[in-house]
Amino acid sequence: MQAKKRYLIVLSAGACLALLFCLGGVRLPAAGRRSRHDRSRRSDQPWPHYSDPLHRFQPWDREDTEEFNLHTSPRQKKEANTSAYRGRRCRMDSCFDFSACHRNGFKVYVYPPQKGEKISESYQNILSSIEGSRFYTADPGQACLFVLSLDTLDRDQLSPQYVHNLKTKVQNLPLWNDGRNHLIFNLYSGTWPDYTEDLGFDIGQAMLAKASISTDNFRPNFDVSIPLFSKEHLRTGGERGFLKYNSIPPFRKYMLVFKGKRYLTGIGSDTRNALYHVHNAEDVVLLTTCKHGKDWQKHKDARCDKDNAEYDKYDYKEMLHNSTFCLVPRGRRLGSFRFLEALQAACVPVVLSNGWELPFSEIIDWNRATVIGDERLLLQIPTTVRSIHPDKILSLRQQTQFLWEAYFSSVEKIVLTTLEIIQDRVLEHGSRSSLMWNSHPGGLFALPQYSAYQGDFPFYYATLGIKPYPKFTAVIHAVSPLVSQSQPILKLLVAVARSQYCAQILVLWNCDKPLPAKQRWPATSVPVIVIEGENKVMSSRFVPYETIVTDAVLSLDEDTVLSTTEVDFAFTVWQSFPERIVGYPARSHFWDSNKERWGYTSKWTNDYSMVLTGAAFFHRYYHHLYTNYLPATLKSMVDQLANCEDILMNFLVSAVTKLPPIKVTQKKQYKETMMGQSSRASRWADPDHFAQRQTCMNKFASWFGGMPLIHSQMRLDPVLFKDQVSILRKKYRDIERL
Amino acid sequence: MYASGKYNSRGPALIPRMKIKHRIYYITLFSVVLLGLVATGMFQFWPHSIESTADWTLDKRSIHDAPLIRLPVSSPIPERGDLSCRMHTCFDVYRCGYNPKNRIKVYIYPLQRFADELGVPISSTGLSREYNDLLSAISDSDFYTDDVTRACLFIPSIDVLNQNSLRIRETAQALAMLPRWDKGMNHLLFNMLPGGPPDYNTALDVPRDRALLAGGGFSTWTYRQGYDISIPVYSPLSADVELPERQPGPRRYFILSSQTAIHREYRAELERLKEENGEALLLLDKCSNLSQGAASARKRCYKGQVYDYPQILQESSFCVVLRGARLGQATLSDVLQAGCVPVILADSYILPFSEVLDWKRASVVIPEEKLSEMYTILKSIPHRQVEEMQRQARWFWDAYFSSMKAVGLTTLQIINDRIYPYAARTYEQWNNPPVVKWSSVNSPLFLPLIPPRAPGFTAVVLTYDRVESLFRVITEISKVPSLAKLLVVWNNQNKSPPEESLWPKVSVPLKVVRTKENKLSNRFFPYDEIETEAVLAIDDDIIMLTSDELQFGYEVWREFPDRLVGYPGRLHLWDHEMGKWKYESEWTNEVSMVLTGAAFYHKYFNYLYTYKMPGDIKNWVDTHMNCEDIAMNFLVANITGKAPIKVTPRKKFKCPECTAIDGLSLDQTHMVERSECINKFASVFGTMPLKVVEHRADPVLYKDDFPEKLKSFPNIGSL
Repeated sequence: MQAKKRYLIVLSAGACLALLFCLGGVRLPAAGRRSRHDRSRRSDQPWPHYSDPLHRFQPWDREDTEEFNLHTSPRQKKEANTSAYRGRRCRMDSCFDFSACHRNGFKVYVYPPQKGEKISESYQNILSSIEGSRFYTADPGQACLFVLSLDTLDRDQLSPQYVHNLKTKVQNLPLWNDGRNHLIFNLYSGTWPDYTEDLGFDIGQAMLAKASISTDNFRPNFDVSIPLFSKEHLRTGGERGFLKYNSIPPFRKYMLVFKGKRYLTGIGSDTRNALYHVHNAEDVVLLTTCKHGKDWQKHKDARCDKDNAEYDKYDYKEMLHNSTFCLVPRGRRLGSFRFLEALQAACVPVVLSNGWELPFSEIIDWNRATVIGDERLLLQIPTTVRSIHPDKILSLRQQTQFLWEAYFSSVEKIVLTTLEIIQDRVLEHGSRSSLMWNSHPGGLFALPQYSAYQGDFPFYYATLGIKPYPKFTAVIHAVSPLVSQSQPILKLLVAVARSQYCAQILVLWNCDKPLPAKQRWPATSVPVIVIEGENKVMSSRFVPYETIVTDAVLSLDEDTVLSTTEVDFAFTVWQSFPERIVGYPARSHFWDSNKERWGYTSKWTNDYSMVLTGAAFFHRYYHHLYTNYLPATLKSMVDQLANCEDILMNFLVSAVTKLPPIKVTQKKQYKETMMGQSSRASRWADPDHFAQRQTCMNKFASWFGGMPLIHSQMRLDPVLFKDQVSILRKKYRDIERL
Repeated sequence: MYASGKYNSRGPALIPRMKIKHRIYYITLFSVVLLGLVATGMFQFWPHSIESTADWTLDKRSIHDAPLIRLPVSSPIPERGDLSCRMHTCFDVYRCGYNPKNRIKVYIYPLQRFADELGVPISSTGLSREYNDLLSAISDSDFYTDDVTRACLFIPSIDVLNQNSLRIRETAQALAMLPRWDKGMNHLLFNMLPGGPPDYNTALDVPRDRALLAGGGFSTWTYRQGYDISIPVYSPLSADVELPERQPGPRRYFILSSQTAIHREYRAELERLKEENGEALLLLDKCSNLSQGAASARKRCYKGQVYDYPQILQESSFCVVLRGARLGQATLSDVLQAGCVPVILADSYILPFSEVLDWKRASVVIPEEKLSEMYTILKSIPHRQVEEMQRQARWFWDAYFSSMKAVGLTTLQIINDRIYPYAARTYEQWNNPPVVKWSSVNSPLFLPLIPPRAPGFTAVVLTYDRVESLFRVITEISKVPSLAKLLVVWNNQNKSPPEESLWPKVSVPLKVVRTKENKLSNRFFPYDEIETEAVLAIDDDIIMLTSDELQFGYEVWREFPDRLVGYPGRLHLWDHEMGKWKYESEWTNEVSMVLTGAAFYHKYFNYLYTYKMPGDIKNWVDTHMNCEDIAMNFLVANITGKAPIKVTPRKKFKCPECTAIDGLSLDQTHMVERSECINKFASVFGTMPLKVVEHRADPVLYKDDFPEKLKSFPNIGSL
């Protein structure tokens, strides 16, 4: 056969086939659609696309109702609201007086203790946390918020801690004012058998900071839900989270665990009674015991013996540490200790407590750290947790640790978080965004008074996809008068001004002598601003001066010796680590077990945990934090000693970042100056100087509730530092030259 | 489809037969094909035309065809609506059940018209255009089901968007007549204009039992947190007006007020602000000379000067949204569309979708009584933040306000998130505009954590057949104190690894994994045998690293567990002449990559490399047998936004490029290939994720004039 013809035929057949295929293919979805329509005709139709000329839901000419103008004035309406919405319907708008807060700032007054009134340890911890905070005022006239000295934590009538006659006692308080602007802390309310959330006295217009509060009783944006914490909960500092590393894959020995009581009488056990259905003794281990109270035997049911036996086989601690998820079912009350225990143990809580307003729900996005289940769907819980992607588990687990350490690990943090939440409501337009509350380092370290813009903080650059401003402001702390033109400060000024990244230089004049005349300062290409220090104290070098416009601050002592190259290099390093201190000379701390206290060393060591702020870059936000976050006691200690300001700054930054500072390479001569042979002999050669620094460290550690400093074993050098290559190839060659 | 399938299978068999047989076959063949074609054509067009007529009738369906239901006077009325309702009390979650897709099913009641016994309809407008749009958007969405028995959420077709057009009692009766009403359980009502004169309640006054309410204009007293959904008041201008997105930045006016029905007390206050601050404020009102209607809605006036609305909103940084009779204002939508930052003055107002949207990033909320301080408050906001808010405002409009579809589907997604909280959309997904989603990084290892030294690291040695060199590497590495385990990845399928007795004796466990194929990606597989977080990837010829150097590398990795920590550093550069990326291994002052021939990294990145590598990079690397290290650097930098860390000084490395530098043989093709990789990966990633730094990590006392024996890592940097 003619090949040509044959090919033609094959070709045309192929074309036909292709055509058929094509048409068939096109038809496929159409057929699918049709069948759906068929089905829908059988039941009901999907929403048809009506083509009638339909009316708009709101006619043009009634965009905004004019009658409004003729009726009540908004002021009157507001007043009407204020009187109408009281008690259970209280909101900030109706039951809170903002005027005092706007007048004097957010100040909290604690009533003086009343004679003969016992205060539980937990409540005492709460009160002293407030008294130790920067919000505290001893003057009720200044206060925006009032906290009772009457212990309201335990309102269970059967409890030994229960305070009787609270109603009369509260009513007799001279400043009570129907509870307006009062904050009442409570952990337990109601009693056996129904455990209602009744406090047993009229709280009037007071706000509640209450554990285990239900959505029914919770007044949104008015009350604060706090976690249930035990008597042993540390007052300050707090234990660290248990997570030490992120193992991959993120699964642990158990998938889901629970170990707790099952109540045979009274409320709170519906879910716990059903747990055994889900228990599989392998990776889902849910154990209950009937043993509690004196007469459990009397009420015991058919399952008790079996459950009790199984219960004793497992160790709670072991399960807690080796499980991916931890069940947190409601107990007698909605919240239980399990919640915080699981959070600390990096065991992702699976909350089964319908109607529980989770702790600090106003600001914490709990979906990032927990699995919120529904008691009604208990039997689905294993399937649900198994369906969670390993990536999600990794992130849930890390978030438990962040939240634990940011808001829950000590009574102080719980109290401060409560106060900050209320402060945010008072500030409103200048409050923290959800991102600030829910990401590292958390709301307690991100003060909205500094800026409402997240990009002004050192923590959110990556999240926002932006970079810090690529220039710095040098702040030189001057203490000696300007007498000669060869003084180190002048050399330093010139060297720093020559840096391509330098935007401006601030000379902080903390010298007793008057300001030198303008022409005494060398001419530089960047502006030099000389300002007189506030009271000429040490802390004034960390005051957030408004003249500082850059994100980065280069903090300098007047006798620091630095070359332009060193400054340039350190600044490029800082840009990679804007949340840390990046500087030159470093120091270290250690635990002196003989003396049972922290030791300070300036010796050359293989690691360091502090970088001296006599020559260091850090974010200007830390100026704000130093000045506004730290308590007056620590700052005045620094000022009186005229020492330790750098240690305090290192404590602060490490407490925030949970990371060590960064040391960069420096020329040797600088170190020698810092070792104390230069003009600053006055300060560094003082024999007390060293002892003072030791004392400072211990004092600071006790305020921070632990040692925030962290050691680092590395130093950052230019890439080709001391490499066997022509010096001309090196960008930062001056650093190597002696 | 059916026919074509048959032909497909027969096709190849036909061809050989053609060769020998006669003409008749071709005719048969042709006719068969032709017949098939005709048949398929019939199949194709015949039912299709049926369907299109069906579609056509559906399209042309009129609301007047909907059945008319007359409500008896005595028809039951639902209860008023329980303020204590929450998802766990008033919502039947069993109807939603477990669902592998974690998606609720929504049923829409077919349209019915309701009238009282006298035939007067219950609503003056009937089905509104907006509600029709909303329902058809839902019926087109993934949420929709036409199977009433499988539905988790029910949406009545009774339009209650505007309470003013409703007869309250009769509407309530109509709701109660719905076949699945069941006390309003799992029913969702959409209402944008609640209340009516004179009180203007902030929630729909229609009694509705337990039904969920998606309402515009809730106050904190009527909003059932976690149950109701606060929705925006839809602005009809959204559909009619297109406002191009403007770059964030300063605008001609600082504050603009465009609302027409502002209470006189507030207008007086605004006038006073205007007097104090002059040109920075623009205070618009209704144009007195225009008649009512659509045209007047598009104009605003100030002292006789006419401005186009909503275009004028784009000329201001901030736009005032004051409460009117109701708390929810359609103006909010216009303002957002214009990319103007709304200044919301409506005490106790629950902002739209506030359950998921972070309004602090897009608006300024000021208490009504502080209206007079508005200017000062707004002036205190940093410029950069204003720009962020402008961008954010526009994004909120685009995503959640722009159409009834957006409003409806957002509402359903919020309910969906409540029912499947573990699969809920994240804060970032809700709030980050695309440009931020694109440029921001949320590292999967976000917790600042310095892992303890004790678990040590697992060394993964990739080898093919260089046994001698491999044994030397193993011997060297085994001296590193923190080594926990050695894993040899035997990538040679043709040869077995040496017998166990021949291997060097080491104090840590040594495991050999045999691979199925000789692929480079085998080195990055997340083997179960790797029990530590830290992995040291090392080639079988890297014998020059000292134990101090390796131990120090591990210590540095502990300080940066989310980064690649490696020894030889490399750089990418933009070649201006060629207009593309170039690979650089010369003595550079900068580093953007470290070679994985010797690098520490987190095991998580093995998992990422194996399962989450974008595009075809993984296959490409395996085919080309090159660039797996560049791919790893891209991957890590892209997800963490951080640069790698190069440790310790430069030393002689046995690798093609290193010899190149030593001038022995300049392997140009290698360099070209590596440059190609960078360009290829950058295009797959859609960006250049690599970050350039100028530092490397050395021990604290490196090269310091200090006794070597007192240094932790003395043996570093020797050549």
